Amino acid sequence: MNVDNQTPYRILVTKIGLDGHDRGSRIVAAYLRDAGMEVIYTAPWQSLDDVVRLAGDEDVDVIGISSLSTDHLIIPDLMSRLVAAGLLNVRVVVGGIVPNEELSMLLESGVSAILGPGTDRATIVEQVRHYAAAARHDRETEFT
Amino acid sequence: MGQRTNPESTDLYDQSRTQWEKEYDRDRQSGDTLQNRSGIPIQPLYGPTRETAGSYLDTLGFPGQEPYTRGIYPSMHRGKSWSQRQLIGQGTPDEYNERVLKLIDAGTTAISLIPCNSVYRGNDCDDVPQPLLGTCGTVINTAEHMDSALDGVDIGSISTAMNDPSPFTLLSFVLNTADRRGVSWQQISGTSNQSDYLSHYVANHMFFRLSLAGARRILVDHITFCLDQVPHWNPLSVVGQHMQQAGATPAEAMGFTLSSALQYGRDCLNRGMDPDDFLPRFTFFFDISLSLFEEVAKFRAGRRIWARLTQNELGATTSRARRFKFHGQTSGADLTLQQPLNNIARVSTQAIAGILGGLQSLHTDSYDEVINVPNEHPARIAVATQNILREEAGLCDVIDPLGGSWYVEELTDQMETKILDIMDVVENEGGMFRAVESGLVQRMIGESALNWQSRVDSGKQKIVGVNCYRIPKTDGQETMPPTVRPATEKMGAHVEQLRRFKRERNQTEVDHNLTKLRRAANSKDDNVFSRVVEATASGVTHGEVVSCLREELGFGHPLIVE
Repeated sequence: MNVDNQTPYRILVTKIGLDGHDRGSRIVAAYLRDAGMEVIYTAPWQSLDDVVRLAGDEDVDVIGISSLSTDHLIIPDLMSRLVAAGLLNVRVVVGGIVPNEELSMLLESGVSAILGPGTDRATIVEQVRHYAAAARHDRETEFT
Repeated sequence: MGQRTNPESTDLYDQSRTQWEKEYDRDRQSGDTLQNRSGIPIQPLYGPTRETAGSYLDTLGFPGQEPYTRGIYPSMHRGKSWSQRQLIGQGTPDEYNERVLKLIDAGTTAISLIPCNSVYRGNDCDDVPQPLLGTCGTVINTAEHMDSALDGVDIGSISTAMNDPSPFTLLSFVLNTADRRGVSWQQISGTSNQSDYLSHYVANHMFFRLSLAGARRILVDHITFCLDQVPHWNPLSVVGQHMQQAGATPAEAMGFTLSSALQYGRDCLNRGMDPDDFLPRFTFFFDISLSLFEEVAKFRAGRRIWARLTQNELGATTSRARRFKFHGQTSGADLTLQQPLNNIARVSTQAIAGILGGLQSLHTDSYDEVINVPNEHPARIAVATQNILREEAGLCDVIDPLGGSWYVEELTDQMETKILDIMDVVENEGGMFRAVESGLVQRMIGESALNWQSRVDSGKQKIVGVNCYRIPKTDGQETMPPTVRPATEKMGAHVEQLRRFKRERNQTEVDHNLTKLRRAANSKDDNVFSRVVEATASGVTHGEVVSCLREELGFGHPLIVE
C-alpha cells in the first residue's frame, strides 16, 4: 500500500476492561510509530465509552485493543457502541491472548483481525496498515 | 579469589565451619545419609578447605552465615524443602472454597488467594461488566465473602498468601472472619503479596487504586499494624516479578527491587520503627526466567547485597533481619502459545534455576497459563514438576551445588556489580519513590522490553516454535485444554447477593465507619489500616473502602512514558 502521498494513518492503541499489563501495547505502539503511523496511546482500563469518544475525537482509522487477560470478552459490546456512535468505518484489530473458542465471537461482532502471540513485527505493521487503508478508503468513498 | 591464609582467618574459618555444622545438625529434619546411584555418599555441602578458603568467608560464607551468598539457612533444602505454593482463585467465593478444601484434603498447608481483576482495580462486582467477573480470580468484596471462601478452613493454622494490594481489604476480611470465629489474630499467618505499590506503578499496572503518596502512607500504616497486632503476618512482599515480566532484565529486576526494599525500609525508619522488628517481616518475590545461570547468579548476588544493605543502610543487627527470603515464580513471559506442551520443559528449567538459586517457596506455571487460568490437568503437571525435581532429580541433596563453579562465581560477582550500578542510578534520582515518580524506572524497563522484542524479531534470540523449529499450519492451541469461563448463573446470583447485602446492612454504622476512615486518611496520627478493619467488620465493602480512600488520597494515574 502506498502511503507516501497521504496523511499518516491514525491508530488508537488502547486497553479496555480491567487488566493493566501494557508490555505488548507499548511495543506495538512503538512499532506502528516507527512505521510512520500516528499513534494515540492510552493508559489501560479505558471504558468502552472512552474508546468510542477517543476514536471519534481523534479521527482514527484503526483501534488496536491489547487483551492479555479476559478483557476481549467485552469487545462485542464495544463494536455495537461504535456502530451506535456512527463510527462505521473504523476498523478494530485485537492483539494478545484470545482462546480458540472465542475467536469467532469476536470476528462475528465485526473485529477485523486478531493477532495472537508470536505475530512478528512485519505482519503487525502490514495488517494494521491494510485495515487503516480500508478504513480510509471507505470514508473517502462515503464523502464522494 | 585472593590468597589470604593468615592465622586469624584460618581460626575464623574453623569457627565458622563448626558453627555451621552445629546449626546444620540442629536444623535438618532427617538423619539419613544420602548416596547417589553409583553408591557415592552425598555430603550436604561442598566447599574449600581452610587452606584454600581465600576470601570465602567474606564473599560467600557458610550457608546461614553472612553474607548469605550460599543460602540464608544452615541446612537449606537438604534440611527442609522449599514450599510449594501454587496460585489459586477463580469464580465465586463458594467455587474457591470447593477448590481450596480439595487442596487441603490433599495435604496442603499453605494456600493462596488470587482475587478477580475487578478486585485489583478497586471495584465491587456490581460495578463491573459481568463477563469479566471471576475469569482470573475470585470475586471477594466483603467480610462475608471471605468467610464463605474460607468456610471449613482452619485459618488459625494454615498460612495464607493473598494478592492484596493497598489498602489491604482482603487481610481486613480475614481478620473480621477470625473475630467471628473466635480465632485470635496472633494465630493468623501468611503474606500480603502485591503490597509493593512501586512495582505496580512501574510494571503490571494492576493496582492503581490510589496515588503514589497515598499508597506509600497506607503501606507503612499496614506494616505498623501487622507488627503490632498480627505478628505472624508478613505485611510486605517486595516484587521483582512484575518488572521482569514487563521486560526488565534479571539484573534490572533485582536492582529495582532492592532499591524498592531500601525505600520501604527507610520509610519505616522514618516512622520510628526498629529495623530488627520490621525487616524480618519483609519478603521478596521474583520471576525466574529460562536464563538458568543468570538467574542463579541473580539470586546469589541479591542475597549478598541485601545482607550488606540491611546492616549499612538500615541499621539491622540480627541475622533474622538480614536474610533475603524469597518466593519464585517461573516466568510466564517465556512460555509460548505455539507448541504449548513445550512449556513443561521450559517451566522445569526455570524451576531448577530457582531451586539452585536457593528460593524458599515456588510456584511453577502450568503449560496452559499462556491462555488460561490453569486447568486441573496442567496444574497437576506443574505440581508434579516440583515433586520430580525434589524427589527424583535430587535437587535438595546439596546446599548451593553451583557454589565454587568458576562460571557461577564470576557471574555472581558481575551480576552484583550490574545490580549495584542500577541501584546507583536510582539513588542518584533520589531513591526508588522519586525514580518511579519521574518515570525513570518505567523508561528503563520499556527500553529493555523493546530491546528483547527486537532480538526476538531479528532471530538473534531464538524461541522454539516461535522464530525457529516451527511446525507449519498449526496455531498451537490444539493441545490446549478448553477455556472454561465461570458459570453465568452463579456469578449473576453472586452479584445480586451483593446488591441485596448492601440494601439490608446497617447503613448508619456503615456511614459512620466510612466517615472515620475518611478522617483517618486526613490525619497523620491515625492508622488507616486499622480503620479499614473496623469498617469492613461493619459491612463496608471493598469498593467502598477504595473509593473513599481514593477521594481523600487521590487516584493513581499511570505515567505514560514514551
